[in-house]
Amino acid sequence: MNTWIEKQRHLIDFTVASLARRKGKNLGLLSIYGLLVFVLASVALYTHALRAEATKVLAGTPEIVLQRLVAGRHDLIPPGYIERIGRIRGVQKKEGRLWGYYYDSVVKANYTFMVAPGMKIARGEIVVGPALERSRGLAAGNGISFRSYSGELHTFIVADVLPQSSELVSADLVLMHEEDFRAFFKYPEGHYTDVALSVANPQEIKNVAVKLMNALPDSRPILRDEVLRTYASIFDWREGIMLALLAAAILAFGILAWEKAAGLSAEEKREIGILKAIGWETGDVIKMKFWEGLLISLLAFLLGYIAAYLHVFHADAVLFEPVLKGWAVLYPRFTLTPHIDGLQIATLFFFTVFPYTAAVLVPIWRAATTDPDTVMRG
Amino acid sequence: MRPADRVLTILMLAAGAFGLSFADAARLRQANAPASTATAELVERLRLTDPVLFTEARYTRHPTQADLQSAFQDHPVALEHFPTGSLLPPPAGILNAYEHLDRKAASPD
Amino acid sequence: MLELTNIRKAFNQGRHNEYWALSGIDLAIPERKVTALRGPSGSGKTTLLTILGCLARPTEGRVRLKGEDISGLPERFLTEIRRQTFGFIFQQFNLIRGLSAIENVVLPAYPTGRPRKVLLERAEALLADVNLGHRRDAKVEWLSGGEQQRVAICRALINDPEALIADEPTANLDTKLSKEFLGILERLAASGRTIILTSHDPMVVESAVVDHVVTLRDGQIVDEK
Repeated sequence: MNTWIEKQRHLIDFTVASLARRKGKNLGLLSIYGLLVFVLASVALYTHALRAEATKVLAGTPEIVLQRLVAGRHDLIPPGYIERIGRIRGVQKKEGRLWGYYYDSVVKANYTFMVAPGMKIARGEIVVGPALERSRGLAAGNGISFRSYSGELHTFIVADVLPQSSELVSADLVLMHEEDFRAFFKYPEGHYTDVALSVANPQEIKNVAVKLMNALPDSRPILRDEVLRTYASIFDWREGIMLALLAAAILAFGILAWEKAAGLSAEEKREIGILKAIGWETGDVIKMKFWEGLLISLLAFLLGYIAAYLHVFHADAVLFEPVLKGWAVLYPRFTLTPHIDGLQIATLFFFTVFPYTAAVLVPIWRAATTDPDTVMRG
Repeated sequence: MRPADRVLTILMLAAGAFGLSFADAARLRQANAPASTATAELVERLRLTDPVLFTEARYTRHPTQADLQSAFQDHPVALEHFPTGSLLPPPAGILNAYEHLDRKAASPD
Repeated sequence: MLELTNIRKAFNQGRHNEYWALSGIDLAIPERKVTALRGPSGSGKTTLLTILGCLARPTEGRVRLKGEDISGLPERFLTEIRRQTFGFIFQQFNLIRGLSAIENVVLPAYPTGRPRKVLLERAEALLADVNLGHRRDAKVEWLSGGEQQRVAICRALINDPEALIADEPTANLDTKLSKEFLGILERLAASGRTIILTSHDPMVVESAVVDHVVTLRDGQIVDEK
């Protein structure tokens, strides 16, 4: 056993010494390889954590949100509509929601204005999300004016700022009193944006939705389950950028592997011949090369993964910000809670370590099975 | 130190850091649990439906609440204007939301 | 030590360029003696050397090492025998470029799994023995031809083999270095090793160190003394 370990260490000694001969090239290879793992792992960690966190915090979203559609577009709920829903078995509570968008041309950002049902806010006061605190420099007690779509200026006092820890769901919110909301948007009395329904028994939700569609054919129920499924599959591998990244990474790896596989130089072949002539078995040569492939790919995987972990969970995924931000000015700054999918990491491990090691071994196999006497006939 | 031991030490350190990252993840999960619960409560209290990921367009700010067709910009093959639009899939269930009723209407009985 | 019976060796067998390098060699290599193979180039002496050193297998005939038939052994066993029994000094030295002298010397011992400390100590002793102790960490491509050959000799000795095989050892050396080599050869022979070498350098073949000269021509032994 000890001899076996010592022998492997000898083989690693040789591998390392021969890698050190082309230090620049091999360090470059390691860093490109590590970078590849870093990008892929960052994407995997970020998207998985976001999916997990989103579905976790959205677990309490309304069971059903009912929209009214006119010509395929979202329209206001007119007075009397909620009453027409009538008594559907299983529905505990029906409640009109009031919310809309406001474009702030000062900082060129979109806000979500909303009437907070579960929060007491006095007239003339607002509660703002943490992103507004940053972009407009707001704090409790400050006043701020918004120009409404009808042209008037409305001034509000900031009563409170929502906690930064809830930024994932609250960054752009401006919560206000119902009458302020109606006055600001000239929202007609008795109208609502949509209706939130609570259904006590989760098994009933589907039936309630079918009954709603039958009773109100112009309505569109959005189920909690759909919301959760939407976020459970967000940033799927099929999404544009992910696919582009994946394709680029696979292509890059392909080139790398091809270069390795085709790049067994005459010098390397000669060295294998020498090693065999001085008493190395074919198996020793292959083991030595196996260590080379494993060391490089394992190190690249580990370093890339660790860097990705730090990037996503300790640096708020700064490198993704420009991609995810799009044209938006308001960008939520949330610290993701690490939810790590072991299978995903195992897959990444397998697809980065295994093919490279194999790509190193395949040409060596051919070279190592040649006769050792070839060196004598230089 | 001999080259093999140097490299194996680096590898061991990296593997240790790899293992440590899982411990760190568990620690962060625990540390963030109260905030996460508070956020979930806020969602319930305010009847929120979507996280604030992209504020640039209606259908990216509230993907699940977007118009039936606007995840495709009014037309299934419309060119995407907003970069983040290409990051988002159409909301789950949007494609067959009305299948149930439409099938009923179309059945030739 | 080694006995060859009716050895024939073909290259490219069965193809249009088939060529018999050796055609019927019967030879016994005496133990603890210096044997020189000589002959013009193309006479088959290098081919014979590869068969003696278990680098290649004969197409026909038997090789006996200390009475044991080894011509039918699979590659793995042959490699092990080669590692334990023979040390090789090649004409082009065949050192691994980019590695230091001492790293080159210990290479043949890697598959044995002996502790590194032991190997390094032995390699250092060997290098010191040929006055190369001060060059142990120099990359081999920076060494002179004579120094490279001495590194190659140390490498051949690291596993403490019974026999040394040298192919045209003086072909790349001038007279002074050749004399030095003969000095080393003498010391090795005196330490009781079997030495087999090829050469067409009269200085080697006719020197007093060589006990046994075999002359080859066209793949056959024409003279033995």
